[in-house]
Amino acid sequence: MSTELERQQPTEVSEDDLEVLLGDRALGRDDHLNAPGFVIRPDDVQDVLTDLRDEAGFDHLSCLTAQQYSDRYESIYHLKKYADPTQEVSVVVPTSTDDPVSQSAEPVFRTADWHEREAFDLVGIDYEGHPDPRRILLPETWQGHPLSEGYDQEKPQIVTLSEHANPIQPDHHDEESDTMFLNIGPHHPATHGVLHVKTVLDGETVVDVDPDIGYLHRCEEQMCQQGTYRHQIMPYPDRWDYVSAGLLNEWAYARTAEDLADIEVPEYAQIIRTMSAELCRIASHMLALGTFALDVYGDFTAVFQYAFRDREVVQDILEDLTGQRLMFNYFRLGGVAWDLPEPRDEFIAKTRDFLDELPAKVDEYNDMITSNEIFQIRCHNTGVLEPEEVKDYGCTGPVARGSGVDYDLRRDDPYGYYENLEWDVITEDGCDNYARVLVRMQEVEESAKIIEQCLDLLEDWPEDERDVQANVPRTLKPDADTEVYRAVEGAKGELGIYIRSDGTDKPGRFKIRSPCFSNLQALEAMSEGEYIPDLVASLGSLDIVLGEVDR
Amino acid sequence: MSSNNPRQSIHDSTAPSTDTRDSRIGEGPDDRFNSKLREAFGASPFILTKFDQFMNWVRGNSMFMLQFGIACCSIEMIHTYAIKHDLDRFGAGVPRASPRQADVMIVPGTIVSKFGPRMKRVYDQMPEPKFVVGMGSCTISGGPFQEGYNVVKGAEEIIPIDIHVPGCPPRPEALIYGVAKLQERIRNGESSPVVVKPYELEQFGDLPKDELVQKLASEIDEDDLVMRYNWADSP
Repeated sequence: MSTELERQQPTEVSEDDLEVLLGDRALGRDDHLNAPGFVIRPDDVQDVLTDLRDEAGFDHLSCLTAQQYSDRYESIYHLKKYADPTQEVSVVVPTSTDDPVSQSAEPVFRTADWHEREAFDLVGIDYEGHPDPRRILLPETWQGHPLSEGYDQEKPQIVTLSEHANPIQPDHHDEESDTMFLNIGPHHPATHGVLHVKTVLDGETVVDVDPDIGYLHRCEEQMCQQGTYRHQIMPYPDRWDYVSAGLLNEWAYARTAEDLADIEVPEYAQIIRTMSAELCRIASHMLALGTFALDVYGDFTAVFQYAFRDREVVQDILEDLTGQRLMFNYFRLGGVAWDLPEPRDEFIAKTRDFLDELPAKVDEYNDMITSNEIFQIRCHNTGVLEPEEVKDYGCTGPVARGSGVDYDLRRDDPYGYYENLEWDVITEDGCDNYARVLVRMQEVEESAKIIEQCLDLLEDWPEDERDVQANVPRTLKPDADTEVYRAVEGAKGELGIYIRSDGTDKPGRFKIRSPCFSNLQALEAMSEGEYIPDLVASLGSLDIVLGEVDR
Repeated sequence: MSSNNPRQSIHDSTAPSTDTRDSRIGEGPDDRFNSKLREAFGASPFILTKFDQFMNWVRGNSMFMLQFGIACCSIEMIHTYAIKHDLDRFGAGVPRASPRQADVMIVPGTIVSKFGPRMKRVYDQMPEPKFVVGMGSCTISGGPFQEGYNVVKGAEEIIPIDIHVPGCPPRPEALIYGVAKLQERIRNGESSPVVVKPYELEQFGDLPKDELVQKLASEIDEDDLVMRYNWADSP
């Protein structure tokens, strides 16, 4: 891989080094399958995280998991390094049941803002020193914290529909000022679903942006906690990132659960997974391109329809393979549901046809989108997101790679069959909306390369070695209190899952780390001080899916 | 004569075209009214209809859809509008971004408590007569998310729905069938019964003063619109 040489490899930090670094602040160890875990006091959070970031180089707060045990609450900060995501550490912060107050990590990692709001909303831990301790997914008037113990789901609730007040009114607005409050969404064509953006404008300049999410919070974590590992959870990942990225999401669950239950996946199944997941990535990036062109210069005719034409082809191929157009439910723990459809030659030929036509189509997109002058004027140097901000906000995927942060879990934390294939990680240094589009366009080509190689392998694979599934027990019961956090490279970025097993055949805690959730948070950094049309362009280039933001 | 050399004037017989016309009209009394319409409507050359029947026919053939994306189903809904499936062929392919210009709303996805009042408001903003197609299992019963603490058990709890399209998500063909069925209903002048809906928007001050209302009284203005969810009573 070409970029491998240019990247500086970070020095490996051993567990002993970490123990020395944390010293007395580490009260004990609580190791997870993926990383060493250190238990710390609730008032040491900022101190410890700052040291881990500055001294040991853990600059990526990947996820925050909150959960309640019978005797305590617990917040787990999953830290990684952008330069090498295989180096991980978990910081475990227990708090008492009576008074669950923990120090906020927001001053150290900006991304902790929303993650802690979510932890408060769903589990009920208070974060001291948090700048904005509101609910985030549920309505303000909600009673109780649904993922805490003893929550009564049958209780009545009241939800308000009030006019939204100007969020900066108390301190900035006066008689002479002419700021204007603009309410975008939750039903609005430019928000890609049901996002609600409270915006304050000064003339045409955006002064304040406050994305309000939760209009599609359909309890995905609760659903997964109610399902059995073996079969009942797998349909749900399809519905997180529903833009045809289903198989990428299924892989996130498959990878985590396979690590948890120690299942080995046959090589042949890994190749099918790799191929089908990359098909999903193409479909997903096509939609991102089409809707972005629609957002930026209202192109409902050419680019949008072309993108959907190509998506139809990919969806046909995936339907042949999985039996479904959108919600595939094709992966199983230990492999995939079934082999390529018969006749194999026909399927492989059909997929090859698509790949053969793809370069011409990509040229067409380049003609119509990236070399379009209007498009360039709209996208160049708008929605700028500096690499430092990317790391602070925990952005991943094309958003990070468009800002020159070379971070792709397919290469950096290899899974599936990616490490045996020839392909490149695409990065652009533009940091603007244009760079993010370029990254997606080129990733489509890279995905095509991967599929091509997988097809070659599948075609020549000996007939008697086509194992699509490992031998997995009918009921999976991982040992109690095994904890694991694993991530894969979804279409939008790092899609991670934390599972704690409680000895039964259902997870004790199932936490989803959604790339869109973290990426969307960076909207304020991209759009404050810019013009209002650029806000819409920035939102489009983040390529969020509300199903995944709200889960 | 080829079309490369356009003829300047007519000097030959016009017989062929006359022959064609004659054979088309056929023999009989009063040829002028022999037409497809006459075949369809009987001996009278006039169409007698009621104005509202005519309006229903027009409505069914020119439906303005609300551009309303909620969840997974909206992706299949876009595919239904886009090429290959092309809903426009059936006179139902003009997505309007404003509810005030739309007369059909496709509800494509899960309704959760926070979105319920918003959907009700969007529905209320559409001019009469308005029609709703519920797309997918979530709008029927909450679908795969029915047991969620936050999920409204079907869009029909909040707004009346004319056509339910089952599936998770329904294929574009299924949605087209649903829309075609809706057109049929509209042409026939049928509309869905307005059911008594458990979740209505009402003013906070009008709610019965129970424990929950007392608790929220300090936070919510009496005039604020609220929607009350009684999860225990919902199906």
